[in-house]
Amino acid sequence: MSVGLVWRVVPPGLYARRARTVVERSFLVNRRAWMTIFSGFFESFFYLFAMGVGFGRLVGEVIGPGGQPMSYAAYVAPALLAASAMNGAVYDATFNLFFKLKYAKVYDGMLATPLGPFDVAIGEISWALIRGAVYATGFLTVISVLGLVSSPWTILALPVVLLVSLAFAAVGMACTTFMRSWQDFDLVQLALLPMFLFSATFYPLSVYPDGLQWVVRLSPLYHAVELMRGLTAGVIEWAMLGHLSYFVVMAVVGLIVAGRRLGKLLLS
Amino acid sequence: MADDPLVLAEGLTKRFGEFEAVAGIDIEVRRGEAFGFLGPNGAGKSSTMRMVACVSPRSGGTLSVLGMDPDTDGPKIRARLGVVPQQDNLDNELTVRQNLQVYGRYFGLSRKHVRDKATELLEFAQLSDRADDEVDPLSGGMKRRLTIARSLVNDPELLLLDEPTTGLDPQARHLLWDRLFRLKQQGVTLIVTTHYMDEAEQLCDRLVVMDKGKIAAEGSPAQLIDRYSTKEVLELRFPPGQQDPAPVQDLGERVEVLPDRILVYTTDGEASLAAAHTRGVTPVSSLVRRSTLEDVFLRLTGRTLVD
Repeated sequence: MSVGLVWRVVPPGLYARRARTVVERSFLVNRRAWMTIFSGFFESFFYLFAMGVGFGRLVGEVIGPGGQPMSYAAYVAPALLAASAMNGAVYDATFNLFFKLKYAKVYDGMLATPLGPFDVAIGEISWALIRGAVYATGFLTVISVLGLVSSPWTILALPVVLLVSLAFAAVGMACTTFMRSWQDFDLVQLALLPMFLFSATFYPLSVYPDGLQWVVRLSPLYHAVELMRGLTAGVIEWAMLGHLSYFVVMAVVGLIVAGRRLGKLLLS
Repeated sequence: MADDPLVLAEGLTKRFGEFEAVAGIDIEVRRGEAFGFLGPNGAGKSSTMRMVACVSPRSGGTLSVLGMDPDTDGPKIRARLGVVPQQDNLDNELTVRQNLQVYGRYFGLSRKHVRDKATELLEFAQLSDRADDEVDPLSGGMKRRLTIARSLVNDPELLLLDEPTTGLDPQARHLLWDRLFRLKQQGVTLIVTTHYMDEAEQLCDRLVVMDKGKIAAEGSPAQLIDRYSTKEVLELRFPPGQQDPAPVQDLGERVEVLPDRILVYTTDGEASLAAAHTRGVTPVSSLVRRSTLEDVFLRLTGRTLVD
């Protein structure tokens, strides 16, 4: 749905509808660097082990969505999936993109062909999503096997986590086009770390005083965590539509800004 | 249709803020010719090339490439162009062969087609034995040949080469020129920018001399030399700062004083040299040579091309 809208608002000449070939390139490159993919795969399991198994032993049972008691591991696992989707998408769309843009000049070569900046943006984000889908499938399978999910709704966590990745990647890419040097990437860290820690990832929103709760609600990761936790626990609410629309807006705005800014940077 | 110019520009202008990189130029490139932009660094050659390549919007004037307007038909035009940028932008994360194949895919060519095309182009670029190597360890000349091979993956009608041999050793340059001659023989139209007058003389049927964003002169290398210079040039070398043009001023049509030498533009170099000797001029060394585009440039701008 978001892609259809993008087609209509993109000026002709900036999009050749051949983003697939950009994905093909990533596939070839990564076929030779599969170790990187492999290591990324384990990151979320390290967190799950530390938080769920280690920390969870101290905490025991907590109150999950819908008021049902659940193990801390089951409580935190879906949140970790959301967080790792965020991290993966943002790293791909910021550090990797900046390098290819400023140093490797990969995109200059692409734009000498019929490809336009939107082919580049959509192609690169698609690759990030494909990789994200592999990670998420692995993670969901493992937590299902470990008995940390309690509902068949979990299956929907996969498409939803992809939407979350898309939104973060699009916005990350848009931000990257404004960055001038590596120093600016400290800002990325400055945004990601507090989001990771404070978006009701490790404990419920209710621990915050009222005013602060509203601040946390602004964090995109909070909405992702709510969605993931609700789906894996099987607590489906209308509020989920609100969370989803947050990411649809992020994705559309991010993609449009990223595509146009890439065009401005590369076609000067 | 075949006689329509491949590139036609009138009053073409490129501004970056206050700075006018291309200050209203008129050019016409015809099918099958090798057209050159000769000028020093910063003359506006690359900015012009980027506009023709449809990767840089023009600030003013009209421009038509392959009969289309880059502003509205950029992707369609780029589909029929080959571009060799000033700095190689090969994909360092892919092998030599993959660089060609993946690039072909960007043009929408089938996998089978790009596979065969890559093999053919590797042969053309004399890189077949490096096909599955990484790009990074290749020599400068090899990278340049690969970049040219890559630009040919879509069988372009028009090939844009921005400073194709800058930074290469003489042997690598000649090899590259040889490849470009072959393309010209196959009917590919070439547009070349260069600040080497020997390259312009070697490659170009017709060229414009560019300086400070403007076109100073236009013609074939022979025409330009004929129009703006004399048949022969007498070079008189002196220790820096010790040359005095006064005694040789009337020995030719024109005299240029450079930091280390005096150039006397004359129809008969040997006669002028003999006359200089009888007047008691004693240079460290002397040389009589034919006029080149370097002399044309000096005449037109008062500066040398490569300083």
